[in-house]
Amino acid sequence: MATDQSAPITFRVNGKDVEGHAEPRTLLVDFLRDTLRLTGTHIGCDTSQCGACVVHLDGIAVKSCSVLAVQAAGREVRTIEGLADADGSLHPMQEAFRQHHGLQCGFCTPGMVMTAIELAQSAEPLTPERVREGLEGNICRCTGYHNIVQAVLAGAAAMRQ
Amino acid sequence: MYRFTYHQPVTLDAAVQLASSTDDGSYLAGGMTLLPTMKFRLANPSDLIDLGGVEELRGISEEDGRLRIGAASTHAEVAASALVADRMPALAELAGRIGDPAVRNRGTIGGSIANADPAADYPAALLALDAEVITDQRTIAAADFFTGFFSTALAPGELVTAVRFATPAEAAYQKAPNPASRFALVGVFVARHADGVRVAVTGAGPYATRYPAFEAALDASFTPEAAAGVPVDDAGINSDLHASAAYRAHLIGIMAKRAVAAC
Repeated sequence: MATDQSAPITFRVNGKDVEGHAEPRTLLVDFLRDTLRLTGTHIGCDTSQCGACVVHLDGIAVKSCSVLAVQAAGREVRTIEGLADADGSLHPMQEAFRQHHGLQCGFCTPGMVMTAIELAQSAEPLTPERVREGLEGNICRCTGYHNIVQAVLAGAAAMRQ
Repeated sequence: MYRFTYHQPVTLDAAVQLASSTDDGSYLAGGMTLLPTMKFRLANPSDLIDLGGVEELRGISEEDGRLRIGAASTHAEVAASALVADRMPALAELAGRIGDPAVRNRGTIGGSIANADPAADYPAALLALDAEVITDQRTIAAADFFTGFFSTALAPGELVTAVRFATPAEAAYQKAPNPASRFALVGVFVARHADGVRVAVTGAGPYATRYPAFEAALDASFTPEAAAGVPVDDAGINSDLHASAAYRAHLIGIMAKRAVAAC
């Protein structure tokens, strides 16, 4: 049995330095939700397939259910809570999801938005087919993909302006 | 997840040293298979040796006319590499279709081949592109590397540091993905080299293997029709809830034909 290595972890989350206590086996998503109380990042499966927990780690979209909290130490994490401006005005991708009704129950939305933002930052122009491929790892259990694709295309266009 | 001791070495020597000093330690590369497996408590390593900080495992370069891909290169890095796209675009395309974007951002070539999932994409590429697996101890030909179901020639503690691929005249990979996991129900990598055609199949058996009957047919005539005419016996082919052996055997011919057409 390994000894308890529970230790303080420091990293930047949504632009702020944060610290919390975690064992090495603590997943990043659990650390975000349970320790930092950033519950916008969701857990939608046990199998690392649903994408509801996607966050950006040093600007790259990752499934926070498949990264250890300790692996984020000293790095920059961005979650859904870090997208809107301080005055509450939404990020262009969030606004596009709102305008295009890119959600039904909304549970998958945080992961969809985080994945979509990375997708929108890619150099190639987006087409509906590329958006669908890019959302391969994000499951909408309501099967509301049509409006999500419309929202991502609109959000990506707004981000480029 | 069971408890483990976490290590974060920054050099290759330190990583290998740590592995030899632990009871039942495991290297952690991208963690796209290992961490989900640990979440299910199907794996219980005493120690995790995180390779994320080992710079020596990174980088894509050309070496003695071969493409050298560092073991810690992510699928996204291979897919986006201008050098890979120029020398062997089929490999870049393969990497760009593994899993989903978040998996490609973390998962690595070294982790994939060390895990040797029978439905993983890279093993087919290694066999068809006459690759060499470089470890901290030796060089292993791809033909000798994959030895069974989730089994490789790696000794305990031995670490893959890079993979070196022979540049083909032309090559293509086609797969029928499982719609949920994106693992290959069947994937066929076809590569035409100066000394002959290599055809490697993943997803169909306990581990990726070459298919000599396809190679002979394509050596005689490198056409989609030649590939389509090769009979495939379904004896020994995987059968599960996703696809029967007969269906997978059929897919081998279809994917081989499409791969030749895409060359």
